[in-house]
Amino acid sequence: MSVLEVLSGALLIAGALAVLTGGVGMLRFPDFYTRIHAAGITDSAGAGLILLGLLLRVDTWNTAVRLLIILLFLALTSPTATHILAHAARRDGVPMWRKGDPRR
Amino acid sequence: MSLLDHDSAGAASAQQQPRRKNTMRFLRTAPLPVVFWLLLSGHYEPLLLALGALSVAVVCWLTRRAGLDHRSVTFAFALRLPRYFLWLSGSVLVSTFAVARKVWSPRPDLRPVVEPIPTPHLQELSQVVYANSITLTPGTLSLDVEANHIEVHSLERSGVDELRKGLMLRRVRQTEAQR
Repeated sequence: MSVLEVLSGALLIAGALAVLTGGVGMLRFPDFYTRIHAAGITDSAGAGLILLGLLLRVDTWNTAVRLLIILLFLALTSPTATHILAHAARRDGVPMWRKGDPRR
Repeated sequence: MSLLDHDSAGAASAQQQPRRKNTMRFLRTAPLPVVFWLLLSGHYEPLLLALGALSVAVVCWLTRRAGLDHRSVTFAFALRLPRYFLWLSGSVLVSTFAVARKVWSPRPDLRPVVEPIPTPHLQELSQVVYANSITLTPGTLSLDVEANHIEVHSLERSGVDELRKGLMLRRVRQTEAQR
């Protein structure tokens, strides 16, 4: 096994862990806004690490270019979508969880 | 009332403009999707090229309809962007670690706060970059983008304090296109 393969494997595992953490956070956190933070781990760190891991084991340059483009577009679209969701929730008056409140 | 909630007045005024200007705008919007489509597709049969042309036309029409066609990213800005992305990835990883610890801790200690973060004299594009960077970093979330501040929801006070120190804002300003 080459150094690149080991490095790529490590990145993929770290990415998978981040995705899992996001999922667990979605279940454990108390309300809509805090759950969005947990989902944020999945789509920033999780997706980013997995794509970087894949980038280290490409065969041809055009696969690499496509992976980079996917990375760029995820970095642009996922925070925008998250912001729109949070903005809509706030405009509709979804109540914010404070310490001591029951879970929703 | 946020900037997001305004109806785009630009879309209405664009319709009254002379045809020549519209063509110019189309020529300025079109190249990017064309290059993008060719890069991703890699097929050059007539049918696929026609479909590509059609989708570029739809993209241009949507851009115009959304009133976005007069915004463009300068070349210098695009060159400064990778460095900013590198820095941002670093801080995303650091804050991911902090939030992941909260997720896995037996009794997560969450004290969510919502506070305005001032963004004085920031260009529109930089404001988008800043708000998106805040959202991309786990632990902080931009709720509302206003003319000179951004409403931020954070899992705990330290997230807001970190933003108040303005390290990220300074980076955004450095990346911002100087005109």
